[in-house]
Amino acid sequence: MALLMQRTFRDMRENRFLNLVTIATVALSILIVSAFSLFVVNANELLASWRRGVRMLVYLERGLSRNQELAVKRRLLKLPGVTGMQYVSREAALQQLKEEMPGQVALFTGLKENPLPDTFEIRLAPAATGSHAVLVALADRVAGIQGVDDVAYGQEWLGKFANVVNLLKLCGSAMGGLFMLAVVVIVANTVRLTLYARREEIEIMRLVGATDSFIHLPFYIQGMVQGALGGIAGVAILYLAYLYIVGGLGHGIPGTLFTPRFLSPVEYSGIIFGSVLVGWFGCYLSLKQLVRH
Amino acid sequence: MTKRRDAAIQMFNVYKRYGAKGALVDISLAVYPNEFVFLTGPSGAGKTTLLKLLYLGEQASAGQILVDGMNLSRISRRRIPYFRRNLGIIFQDYKLIASRSVYYNIALVLEAAGETQRLIRKKVRYMLRSMDMEKKIDVLPPSLSGGEQQRIAVARAMIGRPKIILADEPTGSLDEASAGVIVGLLKDFHNRGGTVMVATHDSALIRSGSGRIFQLERGRLVSAA
Ligand SMILES: Nc1ncnc2c1ncn2[C@@H]1O[C@H](COP(=O)(O)OP(=O)(O)O)[C@@H](O)[C@H]1O
Ligand SMILES: [Mg+2]
Repeated sequence: MALLMQRTFRDMRENRFLNLVTIATVALSILIVSAFSLFVVNANELLASWRRGVRMLVYLERGLSRNQELAVKRRLLKLPGVTGMQYVSREAALQQLKEEMPGQVALFTGLKENPLPDTFEIRLAPAATGSHAVLVALADRVAGIQGVDDVAYGQEWLGKFANVVNLLKLCGSAMGGLFMLAVVVIVANTVRLTLYARREEIEIMRLVGATDSFIHLPFYIQGMVQGALGGIAGVAILYLAYLYIVGGLGHGIPGTLFTPRFLSPVEYSGIIFGSVLVGWFGCYLSLKQLVRH
Repeated sequence: MTKRRDAAIQMFNVYKRYGAKGALVDISLAVYPNEFVFLTGPSGAGKTTLLKLLYLGEQASAGQILVDGMNLSRISRRRIPYFRRNLGIIFQDYKLIASRSVYYNIALVLEAAGETQRLIRKKVRYMLRSMDMEKKIDVLPPSLSGGEQQRIAVARAMIGRPKIILADEPTGSLDEASAGVIVGLLKDFHNRGGTVMVATHDSALIRSGSGRIFQLERGRLVSAA
């Protein structure tokens, strides 16, 4: 085992330049992949935090009787995801509006009658706001209740934002896959160059009784070390960039309470592990090709 | 001929073809444990090819070969390295790794066989001392003389304590004195109980020995004395 490590690191030292270039390229790829992951993770959280704040406003038709209103309320409470509600009469709503816009009193005094509907303001369970599809389905069911005129919950912009995040996620995954592929190719190429430079030595090793695994193991370790070092460097650079940006932000993104977080240990370990795996795979491809010849 | 022990090397109607050309034709022979035999014949006769078949550098086109009791046509690719550890091979072109020290070239055999570092160091030092090459331990092979390189090749062939040594033109490009050293090392190995097969067209070398001689001509065995 010690001998194996010794052989591996001797090989790497001898090809110092090639190894450094490989590790740097892997690091760059991992930096891009993990930057995308970081962005997606935070966009998801931002979206989730907005969803948690979602209130559904149920506008009632005009002229419902007290009993009809109670019937609507009962049916709303039976819907999954509805945890509670508050009745806001049209008079209270108008009053509230006036208080919120003190400079515009003239606007309201000109009104002959109150244009606002009576409203139920529904509180939602987190499960009901977890995905956009669930929210839309719930809103559809609410709108179908007799006596309900309209439903509002900011679906437009929330849906648009979710779409943008999903698109970015897709792009990110595609880019990530592409960059991981690049890492495979880079490591495979490094191993191939090394194999080529060593072909005579490898032939001699075979002739004196070395097994394939004795010959191949240092290459596998080399590929995995390149993956690991490149992965760690990439994530470390991202962390420094994150600290720099968040430091500049102070407390959260302006206008929100949201502070972007860094990748969790599980997430960045996953990325580094992926990088190691990809290094191994690149090596595997080159060696498979070697055995065939 | 009296019944003898199982042969160390045995070939039955062996052929080796390269394309349409027969490099070896219908070879049958047997070499017994602790023999020192010569394989001779003009250049191109097939000496190197015959040795290659014995260490599985090439597969025979037809026929059966037994080495140290193993049927070579039945050895799986995976087992070849283990099979080769029973042999010491001295190649016509030395086949030393030019970019590695003398020490590493010899130690490689034992490293590949999984021996411990400490033991390897001891064995390699001892071997080099016995060949009076101790001072060259950290030198790269290309800076050695031909005779010295061949000595390293012999050391590598012997370090794993094989039962059989196959040597291809071991004195081919050496002056008389260097050749004498190499022959001495091979004879020592023989005297300790080893089996030796030397391929050579050097008649002086053959006369210096007393073993049987297999003569090849254009791929055929023309006489076995
Ligand atoms: N790899 C090969 N491909 C084609 N022909 C070969 C190959 N190796 C050897 N030969 C031919 O086989 C014959 C025997 O060669 P070799 O065994 O090297 O002879 P020797 O060692 O007795 O000089 C020669 O004619 C040589 O050209
Ligand atoms: Mg030859």
